[in-house]
Amino acid sequence: MKELIEYKNYRDALIAAIADLAREHQDIVFLDADVSSCIGSTAFQKEFPDRFFNVGIAEANMAAMAGGMASAGLTPFIHSFGVFASRRMYDQLFLSVGYTLQTVHVIGSDPGIVAQYNGGTHMPFEDIALMRQIPDMVVYEPSDARSLCSLVKQVYDNGVLSYLRTPRKGISFRYPESVEIRLGKAITAREGSDVAIIATGVHMMNQAMLAADSLAQKGISARVIDLHTIRPLDTETVEKAARETGRIIVCENGRYPGGTGEMIAAHILRAGIPCRADFVNVGDRYGEVGPLDYLARSFDLTAENIAAKAEKLM
Amino acid sequence: MISSEELKMLRKEALDARIKLIREIASFGSGHIGGSMSIMETLVYLYYHEMRIDPSRPDWKERDRLVLSKGHSGPALYAILAKKGYFDESLLSTLNKGGTSLPSHVDMTKTPGIDFTAGSLGQGISAAVGIALAQRVQHMDGSRTFAIVGDGESQEGEVWEAAEVAGALKLSNLIAFTDLNGQQLDDYTDNIIPMHHLRERYETFGWQAVDVMNGHDYEEIAKAVALAGKDDRPTMIILHTVKSFGYIPGENIKNNHSMSITAEGADDAIEMLNKREGGAM
Repeated sequence: MKELIEYKNYRDALIAAIADLAREHQDIVFLDADVSSCIGSTAFQKEFPDRFFNVGIAEANMAAMAGGMASAGLTPFIHSFGVFASRRMYDQLFLSVGYTLQTVHVIGSDPGIVAQYNGGTHMPFEDIALMRQIPDMVVYEPSDARSLCSLVKQVYDNGVLSYLRTPRKGISFRYPESVEIRLGKAITAREGSDVAIIATGVHMMNQAMLAADSLAQKGISARVIDLHTIRPLDTETVEKAARETGRIIVCENGRYPGGTGEMIAAHILRAGIPCRADFVNVGDRYGEVGPLDYLARSFDLTAENIAAKAEKLM
Repeated sequence: MISSEELKMLRKEALDARIKLIREIASFGSGHIGGSMSIMETLVYLYYHEMRIDPSRPDWKERDRLVLSKGHSGPALYAILAKKGYFDESLLSTLNKGGTSLPSHVDMTKTPGIDFTAGSLGQGISAAVGIALAQRVQHMDGSRTFAIVGDGESQEGEVWEAAEVAGALKLSNLIAFTDLNGQQLDDYTDNIIPMHHLRERYETFGWQAVDVMNGHDYEEIAKAVALAGKDDRPTMIILHTVKSFGYIPGENIKNNHSMSITAEGADDAIEMLNKREGGAM
């Protein structure tokens, strides 16, 4: 692929990274369900016309098909919008991929409020919880282009089924080459000792970093942890944060039940670590349409909310 | 086509498999005997005549594969796989018992010779489409994928998603059967969702489709299978069958999807079957 800095959108960097893999590994195929131009997998199709299949607006069939293809020696990457890549094909992912012990890599694009103008029908809030119910499934949500490209290659090498939450449009470069990106190992993006903000994905990491800045102005030292791999949980980093700061805030662009916050709360409780905690998530609501900044305010997924919750824990 | 000696052999194997199936289900006390019996001739035909397989190498990559999309008919396939040597026949009496490798619905992670897991209806045919496509992608030119779908199962929308994709991709190495036994769990299919005009439905989805008016007749099955792979279409063979065929106490009754069978009941049923088959052979 080109130099990462040359890409203008996450989707183009992602597809280029998968194409890199496909050049090296003949078993990789790509399936899309009529949203190929939305994720840019048309570029994959152009380079590998015999290994790309647009199987139409039939997501459930696509998932079970991918399970069949995996059983016969291939490694499918399959894509749809996050709502369809989770709810619409769930039983097929569960049984014809998970239960059969096949390896398929699912790309669910536009997580949570990132779905913006596609609105409430297209807004996956519950996909983390759903995918966590599939034994062994890796769930990851990178927060920048470099970690996205690195992690997608690592999940292929890992050889276990996976679910990726990623925005399609826009791009950010958070981590220089010197920062190690390792599947299953959270990144401490900012050191801090009073409170630990644990965040997943682009939007929440952006808000978490802003919140840490504003807390610093009030003399509160906030650590920011980029939990790019939601599952398996990096228990070491999370426990260390809880022990060293005694206060954690878990931020996710999705729902609490079964999500990242609930998972971490349960883990801290089980580990017996005395720690105060609060959570930033979309609450008990369905999605709605609008621009990202409006939706962030509407669902309280903002730096202000994170900072306010952190202050309350002091 | 099938020689008269081979026909005799196939009939003998089916009779033996049916007896093993009755004992297998009786060993647990109940099971999906109806839909297991209705596909017995098709399974015998495929495993004793048609499929390119090697029971000593169940993971042979270039083998022909079978997806039993109506996964609840697993007990029939287990009887065949045991007879073919995929595993020891003594395992048949462990059906559904704790720790068994023979669960009620077929499971590729548990049973040698099972090519794909099924049980959530509609998914197996999708997986079969994927397997047939994978054979093409990997240039396994001699390899074919077989699938068996239920008529009740065909009420699942996913079956038709799979059908449209298989037609569009021109998967001529996919040979599927619909077990049109006319009955589903609750009632006769006609009383729930009638499954008429399947041939026409598949044809409009880009398949070659053919009715086998007696789905228990090897020569008719063989003729239909011989049509497959001649052009670029997948093939659907619609088997007109009798649910529970060969488990005589279950034939022509309404609730024959899953039935209880005692050891004595099994003896009686086998005696009845032997008498009828003996007369026929």
